Amino acid sequence: MNHRAIRAIYLFEMARTWRTLLQSIVSPVVSTSLYFVVFGAAIGSRISQVEGVSYGTFIVPGLIMLSVLTQSIANASFGIYFPKFTGTIYEILSAPISYFEIVIGYVGAAATKSIILGLIILATAGLFVPLHIHHPVWMLAFLVLTAVTFSLFGFIIGIWADGFEKLQMIPMLVVTPLTFLGGSFYSIDMLPPAWRSIALLNPVVYLISGFRWSFYEIADVSIAVSVGMTLAFLVICLVVIWWIFRTGYRLKN
Amino acid sequence: MPLNGLFSDHFSPGNCGAASAFLFQGSADLPIRTGPALPLPQPFSLAAIMPSIISVANLSKTYGSGFKALKNVNLDIKRGEIFALLGPNGAGKTTLISIICGIANPSEGRVLVGGEDIQTSYRKARSLIGLVPQELHTDAFESVWATVSFSRGLFGKPKNPAHIEKVLKDLSLWDKKDNKIITLSGGMKRRVMIAKALSHEPQILFLDEPTAGVDVELRKGMWEVVRGLQQSGVTIILTTHYIEEAEEMADRIGVINKGEIVLVEDKTTLMQKLGRKRLTLHLQNKVTSLPESLAHYELELCDEGATLVYDYDTQGERTGITSLLGDLRTAGIRFNDLDTTQSSLEDIFVDLVRTS
Repeated sequence: MNHRAIRAIYLFEMARTWRTLLQSIVSPVVSTSLYFVVFGAAIGSRISQVEGVSYGTFIVPGLIMLSVLTQSIANASFGIYFPKFTGTIYEILSAPISYFEIVIGYVGAAATKSIILGLIILATAGLFVPLHIHHPVWMLAFLVLTAVTFSLFGFIIGIWADGFEKLQMIPMLVVTPLTFLGGSFYSIDMLPPAWRSIALLNPVVYLISGFRWSFYEIADVSIAVSVGMTLAFLVICLVVIWWIFRTGYRLKN
Repeated sequence: MPLNGLFSDHFSPGNCGAASAFLFQGSADLPIRTGPALPLPQPFSLAAIMPSIISVANLSKTYGSGFKALKNVNLDIKRGEIFALLGPNGAGKTTLISIICGIANPSEGRVLVGGEDIQTSYRKARSLIGLVPQELHTDAFESVWATVSFSRGLFGKPKNPAHIEKVLKDLSLWDKKDNKIITLSGGMKRRVMIAKALSHEPQILFLDEPTAGVDVELRKGMWEVVRGLQQSGVTIILTTHYIEEAEEMADRIGVINKGEIVLVEDKTTLMQKLGRKRLTLHLQNKVTSLPESLAHYELELCDEGATLVYDYDTQGERTGITSLLGDLRTAGIRFNDLDTTQSSLEDIFVDLVRTS
C-alpha cells in the first residue's frame, strides 16, 4: 500500500478546498440558509406539522442530503476531471500507485469535504429551527455512506466526461431533479398513491428517508431498505470504477 | 505532412550550394534491429557489458481508431547511458514512452524496467522512472515547492526537504520555490516539470522533447543538467526534434519512424558508419567541363565551374583523394583552396527516415 501517495492526493485535494473556501463551503451554506428562510420561516409557518414535526425542522435532513449529494458529485467529478483536462493526470498514471489507492485519495477527499459541509449545514440549521437527533450514530453513518457513495459516482462522471458540459449534465439533469422529487421537502406519503409508487423508483427517496429517520424516527420506507439501497448503489459504483481501471476507459487509451 | 517536404531543405542531392547538407548516399547495410529483446553481445562495446535497465520486447500499440502507433518494437536501454530517440512527428516516440511509464496500455508485447514487468510489477517498475512529458502540464495555482513535494509523495517517498532543495537549486528554481506556477515563464515551467520528475530520486529519466520552445541559452543549460544527472548514475532517454541535441548529448541513438524502430546504434559508430565527407576544391580558373581522365571520379562542377565537389566514404579502404589530386595536376586543373565537411547526424537521420 502506497499510503504516502494516498496522503499526497488527499492533501492536494483538500488544499484545493481551502484555496477555494468561498466557493466550496460558504456558497452552499448561504444557499441552504436561504432555503430555511424561504421554506422554513416564510412558507413553513403556514404549513401544518408533518408527522408531528414542524415543517422547518422536517426539511433539515432533506436539505443536508441535497447539499451532500450535489457537493459529493461536484467535488469528486471535478477532482478527477481537472487533471484530465490540464494533463497533469500523467503524473498520477505514471506513479507507483494502484487504482484503489487513487480512488481512496480522490474520493476520500471529496467525501471529507461534503461531510464537513453537511455538518456545517446541520449547525446552520440549528440556528433557524429546534433540532433533536434521535440516532446520532446512524445519522453520521448515513452521512458518511452517502458522501462516499456519491463521491464514487462523481468520480465516475469525472472520468466519463470529456468536456465541461458533460461534467455539469448529470448533476443538473439527473441528480438535482431526483433530489427535489426524492422527498427533500415533503414526505412521499403526501403524494397521491400513483405518484407514490413512481417515487419509490427514485433511489434518493431511500437516502433521505433513512437520514430523516435517524433524526426524527419518521421514515417513508423501512430503515433496512434504506441502508440496503444505499449499499447497493455503493456496490454498483465500485463495480463501474473497477471496470474503468481494468479497461483503462478514458484514461489509458 | 510528407517527410520529404518537411526535410527538403536539408535533403538536397546534387545541391552544390549547401555545403553542409550534401547527400548521404544510403549505405546498403543499415544496421536495422529486429532481433530479440535481450541485447546481443556487441564486441568492443561498453554498452554490451552493461545490463539493460529497460527492455522492450515485441511491443505494439493500436489505438481505438485502428491507428497502429507502434509495430513490434524491440529496444534495450543500457544502464547509465543517454539514449536519444529520434523520429519525425507522429512516429510513435511519445506512445512508446507513455507505455513504458504506465500512461498508456500496450496492445501486445512486454516491457521490463529494472527487470520488473511494467504490468505485473508496476509499483517497482514505475518507482524507478521519472517522466518529463512533452506538454507543459502543471497545476497553475500550486507553488513550486508544493507541486514538487506532491510528486515525491505520489511516488511513495518519505519527505526529504534537503533533496527537494537540492533539485530546485540545481535547476535554478530555488528563488521561485514559493511562486505559483502560473506566474512562471515557459522555460521555468519546463524546469519545474523536470524537478517533479527528479523529486523521487529516479534511476531513469524520460525527457520527451525537453528543449522544445526553449531558447538557445536555456537549452545549453538544460544539457548541462542532463549531463550532471548522467554523471550521478541516472539513465536518460530523450526524444528530440533537434538533431543537434542528440548529436551533442547521446551515447546511443535510436530512430523510430511510422511506429517501427529503424535503427539503434552507438552515436560515434553511426557517424562513422554512415558518415560521408565532402571535399570542395576552389579552382583557380573556371572550367566548363572535366577531362576524360577524371571521368571515373564522382565529381561535380559547381558555381559555374568555379568549384569542384568530391564526395567520399570515410570508411572506405581508399578515399581516392591522393590519386584525385594527382590526376587533377596531370590534367592541369589548379586550385587555390580546399575544404572538407562531414555529414551531420541530421543528414543521416533525414536519409533514414526517407528510405524507411
